Amino acid sequence: MYTTDMTGKTKAEAVAEDPALIAAFEARVANDEFIEPKDWMPEAYRKTLVRQMSQHAHSEIVGMLPEGNWISRAPNLRRKAILLAKVQDEGGHGLYLYAAAETLGTSRDEMTEALLSGKAKYSTIFNYPTLTWADIGAIGWLVDGAAIMNQVPLQRTSYGPYARAMVRICKEESFHQRQGYEIMMHLAAGTPEQKRMAQDALNRWWWPSLMMFGPPDDKSPNTAQSMRWRIKRDTNDELRQKFVDITVPQAEAIGLTVPDPALKWNEERGAYDFGEVDWEEFAAVVRGEGPVTKERIQARQKAWDDGAWVRDAARVHAEKRAAAKLAAE
Amino acid sequence: MSDASKEWPLWEVFVRGKGGLSHRHAGSVHAVDAKMALEHARDTYTRRMEGVSLWVLPSAQIVASDPGDAGALFEPAEDKVYRHPTFYKIPDGITHI
Repeated sequence: MYTTDMTGKTKAEAVAEDPALIAAFEARVANDEFIEPKDWMPEAYRKTLVRQMSQHAHSEIVGMLPEGNWISRAPNLRRKAILLAKVQDEGGHGLYLYAAAETLGTSRDEMTEALLSGKAKYSTIFNYPTLTWADIGAIGWLVDGAAIMNQVPLQRTSYGPYARAMVRICKEESFHQRQGYEIMMHLAAGTPEQKRMAQDALNRWWWPSLMMFGPPDDKSPNTAQSMRWRIKRDTNDELRQKFVDITVPQAEAIGLTVPDPALKWNEERGAYDFGEVDWEEFAAVVRGEGPVTKERIQARQKAWDDGAWVRDAARVHAEKRAAAKLAAE
Repeated sequence: MSDASKEWPLWEVFVRGKGGLSHRHAGSVHAVDAKMALEHARDTYTRRMEGVSLWVLPSAQIVASDPGDAGALFEPAEDKVYRHPTFYKIPDGITHI
C-alpha cells in the first residue's frame, strides 16, 4: 500500500449484512468484476476503500510540499518548468483520488478534516525534509518509482472509480520518475561535489523509500482481506523486492551506491538479498514523529485556513448571482 | 461564514478526446458555478492535450438506473439473438450481404 496507516481495522463487520448479498459480492470480486459506486458492497469493504483512497489522495497533496520547497530555487528555467508541472500533477492526482473516494459517500471536507486532525494518515515518506536540490532527483527517481510499483497493480483494483483514477495517474507518473533519474544522472556525472550531493540524497531517501511499501507481510494484518477483495493485488514484501531488483542496477549505471551493506545478488532466487528496514523508525514516523511531520500538517492547516474566505466568498457570490438571475427571469 | 459543511457543489466532467469522438466521463470537480467548473475541469483533466472540448454538469442532475434493476432492464436482450446479423445462416456462395 502507498499509505501506511497501521491502525486501521478492517475485520469483516458482517454482523447485520445479508449473507446472500455478501456471497454474491465476494463471487463478483473473485471473478475480477469491477464494483461501481451504486452497487451493494459490505460496509467493511467501503470503509477500507475510503481509508486507502483518501490516504492515497492525502499523500499526493502532502507530497506537493517537499518538492514545492524547491520550485523557487530550481537550478535553471528548464528544471523549474518541469518541477512546476510535476507538483501540479501531484495536486491533480490528489483531486482524481478525492473525487473517486467521494463516490463512496464521504465528503471532501470530511476527508480534509481527517487529514488535518491527524485521524487520516499519508505516506510516511513525506515527513522527511528536502535538504538539497539532489533530493528532488531522489524523490522523482525513488519515491515516484516506489509509488509506480504500488500503483500499477491498482489499475486492476476491484473498485471501478479507484481503478480508473489509477490508470490516469500511472500514465502521468512515469514522467515524474524519469525527470528525477535525469537529475541524479546529471549530478552523478558532474563535479565531485555534485556527485557527493547525489550520493547523499540516495543515502537519505533509500530506506524511507523501502518503507513506502508498508510493514512486512507477517505484520500486515489487513493484507489477506484486501487481496481477497482485489483492493490490493500484491503483498508489501513482493513489491518491495521488485523495487529493489529494478532500482539497484539503475543506481549502479550512474555510479551511485545503494546504502545497504547487506545488499547482494542472490543467483538462486534471481533477486537481490537486502538488509532489514528499520521498522522502529517506520513505526515512529507513522505515529507522527517524523522529522518534519509537524511542519507538513501546519502547512496544510495554514493553506486550509487562509483559503477559507476565498471558498466562502466564491460560494456566496455564486449564490447571489444565481438568485439575481432567477429574479430576472 | 466559514461553515465547513458548505462544500462547493460537485460537477461531472466529460472530455471529447478529439474531433469525431463523443464526450467521455473523466471524473468530477468541485466548483461554485459552471464557469469555475469548466476552469477546474480544464486544469484537472486536460493537462496533456487529452481533449478538445469539455462538458460539465451538476452531479445532482444525473439520473441513473438502479443496479438492482439491471436484470429487469438488460437481461431481456440476452435471448434476442436474432437482433444480430450472425444469427442468420447464409450459403457460402452469396456475397455482399
